[in-house]
Amino acid sequence: MAKNTAKVTVDGIEVEVPNGSNVLQACEAAGKEVPRFCYHERLTVAGNCRMCLVEIEKAPPKPWASCAYPVADGMVVHTDSPMVRAARRGVMEFLLINHPLDCPICDQGGECDLQDQAVGYGLDHSRYAENKRAVRDKNLGPLVKTTMTRCIHCTRCIRFSTEIAGVAELGATARGESMEVGTYVERALSSELSGNLIDICPVGALTSRPYAFVARPWELKKTDSVDVLDAVGTNIRVDSRGSEVLRVLPRLNEDVNEEWLADKGRFSIDGLKRRRLDSCWVRRAGKLQRSSWPDAFAAIEAKLMGLDGSRIGAVAGNLADAESMLALKDLMTALGSTSLDCRQDGAHADAAQRDFYTFNTSIAGIETASALLIIGSNPRHEAPLINARIRKRWLQTHMPIALIGPEANLTYDAERIGDGPEAIAALLRGRHRFADTLTKATKPMLILGQAALARPDGAAVLAACWKLAAATGMLSPEWHGFNVLQTAAARVGALDLGFLPGQGGKKLAGMLRGGVDVLWLLGADEFDTAAIGPDTFVIYQGSHGDRGAARADVILPAAAYTEKNGTYVNTEGRVQRGMLAVYPPGEAREDWKILRAFSAYVGCPLPYDDIDALRARLEQVNPVFARIDALPRFPASDRHGPAGDPDCMQADAFTPWIANYYQTDPISRASPTMAECTRVHAPATVQAAE
Amino acid sequence: MARQGAAPDSFSFDAESEARIAVIFAKYPAGQPASAMLPLLDLAQRQMGRVTGSAWVPIVAMDEIARRVGVAPIRVYEVATFYLMFNTSPVGKYHLQVCTTTPCWLRGSEEVVHACRRATGIKDWKETSADGMFTMTEVECLGACVNAPVLQVNDDFYEDMDAESTERLLAALKRGETPPPGSVKGRQTSAPEGGPATLTSLSFEPAE
Repeated sequence: MAKNTAKVTVDGIEVEVPNGSNVLQACEAAGKEVPRFCYHERLTVAGNCRMCLVEIEKAPPKPWASCAYPVADGMVVHTDSPMVRAARRGVMEFLLINHPLDCPICDQGGECDLQDQAVGYGLDHSRYAENKRAVRDKNLGPLVKTTMTRCIHCTRCIRFSTEIAGVAELGATARGESMEVGTYVERALSSELSGNLIDICPVGALTSRPYAFVARPWELKKTDSVDVLDAVGTNIRVDSRGSEVLRVLPRLNEDVNEEWLADKGRFSIDGLKRRRLDSCWVRRAGKLQRSSWPDAFAAIEAKLMGLDGSRIGAVAGNLADAESMLALKDLMTALGSTSLDCRQDGAHADAAQRDFYTFNTSIAGIETASALLIIGSNPRHEAPLINARIRKRWLQTHMPIALIGPEANLTYDAERIGDGPEAIAALLRGRHRFADTLTKATKPMLILGQAALARPDGAAVLAACWKLAAATGMLSPEWHGFNVLQTAAARVGALDLGFLPGQGGKKLAGMLRGGVDVLWLLGADEFDTAAIGPDTFVIYQGSHGDRGAARADVILPAAAYTEKNGTYVNTEGRVQRGMLAVYPPGEAREDWKILRAFSAYVGCPLPYDDIDALRARLEQVNPVFARIDALPRFPASDRHGPAGDPDCMQADAFTPWIANYYQTDPISRASPTMAECTRVHAPATVQAAE
Repeated sequence: MARQGAAPDSFSFDAESEARIAVIFAKYPAGQPASAMLPLLDLAQRQMGRVTGSAWVPIVAMDEIARRVGVAPIRVYEVATFYLMFNTSPVGKYHLQVCTTTPCWLRGSEEVVHACRRATGIKDWKETSADGMFTMTEVECLGACVNAPVLQVNDDFYEDMDAESTERLLAALKRGETPPPGSVKGRQTSAPEGGPATLTSLSFEPAE
């Protein structure tokens, strides 16, 4: 049998690397640092910066670009020979011929590959005294700021946008001394992943526009957290200074986001400083008046006094953490209410089994799928990083992908085989050839979007999709191809906690129009607040003065996701924790603490005094909360489907779920950056809002 | 089609070009239409020259080519700007491409440049004369060093130029004539001036 690894000796250290690796990877395996600019492990190899030169014995005696040289068995590599050092110094001198000496005013300063490697591998002076080349800056839209004179032409941004983001808009035009990286025709980048260009740019050519001239990296406090602006659960690092969150960067997590972050999660943070609720408000004689915590609690208590539990309802918003939802549920139970709902959109969810509402294939699992059916979803807008995974898989295998729902540019080829439930019915009856494609595929999967579930026939669609999954071999002991793509970060956690109508409880629709007398909104802004009955007493507990707060009779100011320790469950069902990066503004408090304090005020204290006790209660309610960051894969052992009659599907076509990617929640609606993106990318929405 | 020099709002290949496109695509393997990008750019430039009198490739034409060959527009922009033979801005009816690389320069290309400037009123490279007739571009070696200096007008090489022959050539172009390309000193290709200097005793006439 042929050996599929190669033995390579790097500076005397012997390593085994898989065949097909390049010399640079072998050097890394040996623990040797090789400087590089153009090479990036998630992009194709360009080999144009020449910084990764090494010496290879028995190869022709010249420095070799290690990123573009495949390993061979018995290869002997030197990364620190006199020739290599001289070659790197020469390359660095060339790279700096035209690079401006503007580090003091460059936002990349302190975290710049060129800066670091010039110190590490360069000369202390240059022999080039000629004038440096100047390049006109490009307008790439509201998110990415360009200083193209600093560009060293590594082409990472071109490869990222073409390969990963799937929007080939960046390129290198002209040549030689005149070569410029840009879009040629002036346009804003139309990708939801454009912020990642800032991270992959090794120099200060592409930097963050909202973060321009704000801070230096060494001034920032770095806190690990989880993004809540979609349901992917992207691992993020929150960089803050004092009481301000200044930027958000992705953290590496191969199973969730790799090293990317979607633009909404990265750039909405200026919304954390605007329209914030920083003190309690109580409506008196029709007007909201600033008040104190005891006054606000007194107003609520006065209303609750003597009220039957069935006249009280609670709605959890899309950004809520699991701890606060559990505290609210426990409080409602103590008050005798079973009217709980976490689905402001009215999406059907069957909480009987966890795989009825999670993304069971897992995000990393997409990379093993062999056929995909997307139903009522536009993953590019609903979960850009899941879309990037699908594209990655599609690039590897060109797996067949079909779409049922409104037309969408998904960055990969998806055959549109219908626009509503009748296409699912056709697949179920085997009337469409894509049913064959799914059946023949070894690992078929389907993604069911919220647009297909948030309809009167949601239960029927869910049941039909499960039936289709069972019929086409998506459910087997080795493979689970049934996926519900959630868009709200709180949703899976809420369903895990059973934040749903209990015995005799009302759904949100039942609570509206006078269905309850007291309505507790936990950051719930995504429904039509005008439909709340005029006599319903509304308590809004949340961070932003958005739709819910405008209707509220009492406002309890709460912390946003960067200001609390919270547990979130992403669409896969992965339990992750975010840490407190900054303290909430003014009088605002962490949500669960508000609920705990109120429960004590009304004389039925919740049985937890600190977050650890609350988390123990979380585990008690649902053991999944004991497994942080891990996602044990469960095969589809129980093929018993969700409740619902597949024959009851209606004929209406699925509608787009997200009208405007950039504004979907109170934080992004408060963000000027997201407003600017909306103006640039979705002008129709702006007009509609006006 | 828009008037000469203005960027058109739209571009489509005309019937004459379409006939060529079929031939071009047939040259490349099936499923690899992107190979036809360069010939299509050339075709678009020639069509613009034929129709508007200004042989250049506007962005709308590049977009159309991207659509035809199935790539993102930026990939066509990259190629079109890489090759200097494609004009990405409007040019005059006659595109004067003066070689100023070393052999031509040693043989007096500066005189040709000055003569062009005098005759057309053009001051700088890439500039178009006021009458829209001429655009002057500095080009690198055109590969006709033996007949240096060389002045390329559109597709034709005029060789062995000097100030006087340049002015004569431009005057003829202005009159609408097209003087025969090649050496203006009457050399046969790159043969010595005034006829062969060696092997003169041999007859190359075909045997009777």
